[in-house]
Amino acid sequence: MNLSPSLRRLLALCRKESYQIVRDPSSILVAFILPVVFLFVMGYAINLDADHVRIGVLREDAGPAAVRFEQVLSASKAFEVHSGPSREALVKQMARGNLRGVVVIPNDFSIRMAQGQGKASLQVLADGSEPNTAAFVGNYVQGAWESWQQSLARDQGRTQPPGLEVRTRSWFNPSAISRNFLVPGSISVVMTIIGALLTSLVVAREWERGTMEALLATPVTRTELLVSKIIPYYGLGMIAMVICMLVAVFVMGMPFRGSLFVLFGVSTLFLGSTLGLGLFLSTVMRSQFNAALAALTAGFLPALMLSGFVFEISSMPMPIRVITRFISARYLSSSLQTLFQVGNLGSVQGYASIWLIALTVFWIGLTALKTRRTLD
Amino acid sequence: MNIPPSTGAALEVRGLVKTFAPGLPPALDHLTTSFHAGTITGLVGPDGAGKTTLLRTLAGLLQPTEGSVRVLDMDPFTQGDFLRDQVGYMPQKFGLYEDLSVLENLVLYADLRNVTGEDRERSFKQMLAFTDLARFTDRLAGKLSGGMKQKLGLACTLLGSPRVLLLDEPGVGVDPISRRELWRMVRGLASEGLTILWSTAYLDEAELCDDVRLMNKGNIIASGTPKELMDQMRGRCLHVANLKAQRREVLRKALHDPEVVDGVIQGANVRVVIREVGRFPDLAAMEAGPDAVLVEVDPRLEDAFISRLGGVHGGDSALAAVTKPVELPASIDPEAVIEARGLTKRFGEFTATDHVSFKVSKGEIFGLLGPNGAGKSTTFKMKCGLLKPTEGQALVMGLDLKFSPSEARQRLGYMAQKFSLYLGLTVEQNLVFFSGIYGLDGQQQKEKIHELVEAFGLRPFLQTKTVDLALGFKQRLALACAVMHEPQILFLDEPTSGVDPVTRREFWTHINGLAQKGVTIMVTTHFMDEAEYCDRIALIYRGKRIAMGTPDDLKGMVVTPDCSNPTMEDAFIELVLRADREREAKVSQ
Repeated sequence: MNLSPSLRRLLALCRKESYQIVRDPSSILVAFILPVVFLFVMGYAINLDADHVRIGVLREDAGPAAVRFEQVLSASKAFEVHSGPSREALVKQMARGNLRGVVVIPNDFSIRMAQGQGKASLQVLADGSEPNTAAFVGNYVQGAWESWQQSLARDQGRTQPPGLEVRTRSWFNPSAISRNFLVPGSISVVMTIIGALLTSLVVAREWERGTMEALLATPVTRTELLVSKIIPYYGLGMIAMVICMLVAVFVMGMPFRGSLFVLFGVSTLFLGSTLGLGLFLSTVMRSQFNAALAALTAGFLPALMLSGFVFEISSMPMPIRVITRFISARYLSSSLQTLFQVGNLGSVQGYASIWLIALTVFWIGLTALKTRRTLD
Repeated sequence: MNIPPSTGAALEVRGLVKTFAPGLPPALDHLTTSFHAGTITGLVGPDGAGKTTLLRTLAGLLQPTEGSVRVLDMDPFTQGDFLRDQVGYMPQKFGLYEDLSVLENLVLYADLRNVTGEDRERSFKQMLAFTDLARFTDRLAGKLSGGMKQKLGLACTLLGSPRVLLLDEPGVGVDPISRRELWRMVRGLASEGLTILWSTAYLDEAELCDDVRLMNKGNIIASGTPKELMDQMRGRCLHVANLKAQRREVLRKALHDPEVVDGVIQGANVRVVIREVGRFPDLAAMEAGPDAVLVEVDPRLEDAFISRLGGVHGGDSALAAVTKPVELPASIDPEAVIEARGLTKRFGEFTATDHVSFKVSKGEIFGLLGPNGAGKSTTFKMKCGLLKPTEGQALVMGLDLKFSPSEARQRLGYMAQKFSLYLGLTVEQNLVFFSGIYGLDGQQQKEKIHELVEAFGLRPFLQTKTVDLALGFKQRLALACAVMHEPQILFLDEPTSGVDPVTRREFWTHINGLAQKGVTIMVTTHFMDEAEYCDRIALIYRGKRIAMGTPDDLKGMVVTPDCSNPTMEDAFIELVLRADREREAKVSQ
């Protein structure tokens, strides 16, 4: 083969890097096993839909309206209703953690209902030690109450019950499956781990083991050094991406409505920016331990918390919202969400691509700037 | 481009200054020298002398702060692209990829240095024959021994036929046998016209070079051929022989003599270096005994180094002065303060220490010597209770370390390799911490710390962060921490690696002083001259004790007509090779 010296060096370095990847059990673990485990944990074990929350109902009233409402609660998929004999017994159950909340239907419920709209009241006690679930209980009961009121109003031939305040909540959407946004989110987290964590170690490792010094004494150029670190890990990242997609679509039954080409493009750009971040940290830190810590802090945690995966971006305060714009995982996450559920959407993936390109240029440029051919 | 006229030197350094951070002393301080083609030049000096910085600057990896550097008439920093094909640089740790095989490492560096086609075939064949690694091409570099790594590192550096070879401490972590082999290889290269720089902290290694630069604190304090440098010392190196008195006591007194600038123990004799030829020290004042005589001996490079550094003065240890004489309880056999009985340690299939036995008596300095990986560290760690023996017993003052480790540990002091100090703490905080863990408190603790601070001259550095201490002071501090609880037994694991010879002398002054107070000392070392300080040495090889005796006993074992006056290193190499031969003979039977 007649290769130019530069290309030969680049190939040699890429080959070296690939050997190291293949022979290092931890990189295989992170690239192939972790995505599958993570997807399953996120997709199945963690479920933000509150199904079958165990609540207790104390019905002090024997009137028809009270009985009806208890039936409404029991019929809801959201609750597993346990009727209790007394408030004390139910509260005790809640203290033990057996119940997440208690609904008390007071003894004047039916009478007040009969008196007209807005007169009746309920008491909802929720286990505040888990605020999310407590909020669920409150909201679900309120929602159940409202939809019951509406159906009562319809039965009575009224279109809009007077004096009734209707509030719709995103929580209360029985058909929403949280997996559909958890899976794209977890793919972004997995890809961030592979991109930032694995690469953060590689340059630092060369410094620690003294091989960087030997490399720098050879005719290797800065660009060759940088590119040889990007290509093998890009390949590794793409393989992990394919695994994630296969698991998501064929095992977890996610729909995929976008095009593979767009997926490829977005993933490439995402990996570019994340590898850039990892390499930058590795180049600046020069010690594997520090680089890994930095990658966790700058890559993994923001991907988990600021990508809109766990916490809604739109509900974050303004300064944090600005910060999320610099988190690559956010763009991958939103792009994947649309690719899975909607399809190609220029406004989403196009916007994401522009940001990802900017981030890629930023991180790789910064790394190139910090990569020196000397030891100073 | 303005190229100054060539002086014929392959490497030329003028007024080189390299500063890493403002406020820190420069790593190189107005250094001027040159190196010639076809020679091996040894850069010799303690850690921190500036050897690595100089090599890195020559390799174009560091930019000079001031001054000029020319390599083959080019500037390595700005014209590095032209020079990289011409200069081979082997960093410390050899620059090998441990997860790549021998062949993969060679292929990588061949590709990087653009050695292809027939050229590559030829050089690979040559390198593998040269390094004797042909049988191991598929082995991962990480699984090679230190000596093999070093040879592979050199082979990778040699690909592309560089004209200049910069080797940074190629001898570190390599036993004397492999070092001699490597030396032969490099010698062959020099005869082909390569310019070779070999940095080392071992002065005995440097004696083999064609040319030597003695470095200290960023500058060259002497240059010339080893012979020139040693000849300057001719007539000034003497043995005090036929001693009747304790040799440590003789050394202590000799160092008080104003004519003496350096003194060490060598076998049964005391070796001194005098200030001027012909002005002999006073034997009577040394109380060396009626038969004591002065015999002139050959100078060593170390003599030249020490005398340039101003010599060593005073043989009294301030530490020994504050140490109480050790009184052993009557129940303890003074002949067996430390004892190993059939000590064995297996790690899976591998036997690191194989039925090693010895006894160390009170006030004795006992050395464990052996090549890397021979099992001396394992043996040592079992002796101080850090590892549990698989078989056999490790006894300290009659206590089995297996059953009463904490009781035994209270009586022993331990100074680990690399000193194991808390680098982020100040000197005072380290002293307080270590005295605390040994159970000192209150007034007693204060007094002890005060005593040691005075003995080791640490007063000015009490508030200094330990990381910022010079190596010699770190070593003092480590010793202070190890003797805080006045142990009757002291374990020293490679205590003087990397420190300059003057500091090493000072360290041994303390150790000798402690031994005279009755402290029993066990030490591992790879410095041959350090082994001479020991009363007795056990040579450990492949987990077995292959020889034991006084330094002179060991040397006596290898006397042949060809080699009538073997050095410690000769003895070491010969005994190891003998053990190999015996083993092979057994296998072939």
